[in-house]
Amino acid sequence: MKFIECENVSFSYSNNKTSDKKNAESERNVLAVDRIDFDAIEGEFIAVLGHNGSGKSTFAKLINGIFRPSEGKVTVDGLISDDDKNIWEIRKNVGMVFQNPDNQIVATIVEEDVAFGAENIGIESGEIIERVKKSLDAVDMSEYSKTAPHLLSGGQKQRIAIAGVLAMKPKCIILDEATAMLDPIGRKKIIDIIMRLNKEEKITVILITHFMEEALLADKVFIMESGKIVMSGTPREIFSEAEKIKRLGLDLPAAAAIGYNLRKYGIDIDRNIIYEDEFVNYVIKNIKLTSKNKVASRSEKRRVFNDKIIEVKNVSYIYNESSAFEKKAIKNVTIDIFKGEIVALIGKTGSGKSTLAQTLNGLIKPTDGEIFVNGKNIWEKGFKIKEVRKKVGIVFQYPEYQLFEETVFKDAMFGPLNMGFSEEEATLRVIKAFKAVGISPELFEKSPFELSGGQKRRVAIAGVIAMEPEVLILDEPTAGLDPKGRDEILKNVENARSGFDMTVIMVSHSMEEVCGISDRVIVMNNGEAVLSGGCGEVFQKGEILRNSGISPPAVNVILKKIIDRGVIIPHNIYTVADAVDFFKERL
Amino acid sequence: MIFLKKGCELLKITIGQYYPVESIIHRIDPRMKILLLVIFISGLFFSANFLGYIVSALFLGVVIKLSKVPFIFIFRGLRGFLFIILFTVVINMFFIESGGVLFEFYFFKLTYDGVWFSVQMICRLGFLTAASSLLTFTTSPIQLTHAIERILKPFSKIGVPAHDIAMMMTIAIRFIPTLLEEVEKIRKAQMARGADFDVKGIKNKAKAFIPLLVPLFVSAFRRADDLAMAMEARCYRGDVDRTAMYKLKLKKLDYYVLLFGFLFLVFIFFTKVKLFV
Repeated sequence: MKFIECENVSFSYSNNKTSDKKNAESERNVLAVDRIDFDAIEGEFIAVLGHNGSGKSTFAKLINGIFRPSEGKVTVDGLISDDDKNIWEIRKNVGMVFQNPDNQIVATIVEEDVAFGAENIGIESGEIIERVKKSLDAVDMSEYSKTAPHLLSGGQKQRIAIAGVLAMKPKCIILDEATAMLDPIGRKKIIDIIMRLNKEEKITVILITHFMEEALLADKVFIMESGKIVMSGTPREIFSEAEKIKRLGLDLPAAAAIGYNLRKYGIDIDRNIIYEDEFVNYVIKNIKLTSKNKVASRSEKRRVFNDKIIEVKNVSYIYNESSAFEKKAIKNVTIDIFKGEIVALIGKTGSGKSTLAQTLNGLIKPTDGEIFVNGKNIWEKGFKIKEVRKKVGIVFQYPEYQLFEETVFKDAMFGPLNMGFSEEEATLRVIKAFKAVGISPELFEKSPFELSGGQKRRVAIAGVIAMEPEVLILDEPTAGLDPKGRDEILKNVENARSGFDMTVIMVSHSMEEVCGISDRVIVMNNGEAVLSGGCGEVFQKGEILRNSGISPPAVNVILKKIIDRGVIIPHNIYTVADAVDFFKERL
Repeated sequence: MIFLKKGCELLKITIGQYYPVESIIHRIDPRMKILLLVIFISGLFFSANFLGYIVSALFLGVVIKLSKVPFIFIFRGLRGFLFIILFTVVINMFFIESGGVLFEFYFFKLTYDGVWFSVQMICRLGFLTAASSLLTFTTSPIQLTHAIERILKPFSKIGVPAHDIAMMMTIAIRFIPTLLEEVEKIRKAQMARGADFDVKGIKNKAKAFIPLLVPLFVSAFRRADDLAMAMEARCYRGDVDRTAMYKLKLKKLDYYVLLFGFLFLVFIFFTKVKLFV
């Protein structure tokens, strides 16, 4: 039986009275959702892909009755969403988990929040207590039932949000990029829970995501582009159309990406190979190894840099010292940063990465230890801390949230002017910085709040690049972006080094990114810097990595599987490009 | 900026004030606790002699002991009000001129009445703050809002939006830590861009804070938008057919508490009519 049915559904923000979106101006007469036909059977696991602004979220909100179609008809479990009588029943049946973990928790105690939805639909007290307990069990959060939500991690908050939906006993859960702001561990946990609910409780799942590995788990995949569904089918039907996916600006799962690139070299690898194990089997069957090209490890041409620009010596930092909330964020860290390199700082949430990054430009004064920038101790008496900030720029997480000026251009001028550059000098720098991040001149006079998410972020990064610091620190610069936005930011990072001779320190959760771009990786765990070296060196240390909660890039996982089956190939391949490079002469 | 930082710390501490242990005081119905606080405060202001304060102190002491909240926590809570208490005491001490003179120095005159009045002030304000903080130590914010909702409920007939007030309080309490974190983050981000918050003069100060306030407001509105959407998605529609997970229900204990409070008032009354003195 069809559980969700959309017939010729359109939605436009401008002529719909249920919403008062601020940027109606730019969206006037533009259909956010454009004549969509869609249906889902009860118990299905559906993934919806598409880049930002493609209408995915609007589509989700049409299904659970937050928005009503401007045209067409949405039916959920036999109820038409345009009917006032049905709206609460539909919302009860179709629960929704949103992107930002902080902005969907209402109550100050976990269990009260989980109960919120059930209270709204008028469930009796005893029954609610029962449901809350069960829901918290289902997301493995029982021990936190009396905790205040703001003390939880992002992943834990999302689990609470799922529990809150479960307490309403929904037939379907929609996750609207619910994993986008989480670290890999948090993300995996959410996906495991969702899979379990789908398989065991037969709950229909609609997963909106930017992560292709997640889409591989679905029964069906839909791809949206400017309000329309442009592709639909099983993951295999979708990802075998690699060229089309690429054209839409989306990613391919690792195995499919390697296959796609190998085909470019004339290797006839079946386009239906999209899952890891299929690729492993294919390689084992077809690989041609001669004594000459049989190597157990690749030589790594890592650039080595010699001039120290920042030295961190035995630095510790304690939050809320000598209070009940005392927490050692970093412990006795000693590292050097060399001029001209791109360093990735990795580690799970709470490992001290961000704190360490903030000590480097004097935003946080270490409780213990010393920091030298260009050989000068930055906390020595008489040293002006503003000088450090001029030399070491930092772009925070979600930097788009610090934009405040009337125009994009003025906002980027803020930093350089504060640093004491003249108006003309600052203007020149800002123009140069905008060019480096790909912000075109027609955007200069716009309000920053009119831009898309990816554009905003690039404006914010330009604001720091325009100060032309010697060292640029970026704290998770690609978090929450779609594949296209992510690639643009990564290009910006490389431009910062090549065009401005900057040294770059990048905090990141994505190992694919890290291995693709950085010269060196520093691993943080529990406040300590536990490893430092090239990707090759770092990902050798399986045990330390496991303890630090870091899993190697997907490509490396595939290669390891092949090696485990007794084939001798290098264990130190981490990116799609390197894998293609290796396999193109051996398949 | 120092001021802002201190303010944040203070808020964080008061918000996270709930002291989660199992005790008889924690178990009392929050409405009854509020009533008990009102009884205690009126008793406190009703008593006018030494014995009255001793009775109050004993009463307070017993309740604190029962609550299992360490005395040191209560004292720490008092510290914040120390200045106000001292200020009132000093003012009273030197400006009351009636009664026998104990000490005279130029135009300063310390009288017996002045000292006695100051002692009274210390007791009243000290006990009052201690008792109020005990309420927040033993009652979670969510229980407090439930209690306020219930207390206001009868007035909803005359247009007091009891449920809405309680919901707003809950959301405020929920988002204070989140927004404080946000302030800290934006502050640092702008400082990294060379912003200087330690400037002199009102006008400069106001200007310096724009880069902090604009993003903060924008973010608060965005959060409000998101939250409203999330609440609607979870079928929230105000106080229509809404139930509660934990219903407030008066138990035997709560009636004993009421009796206890009443006895306290009686004692205070007796000290007042000088039956014992």
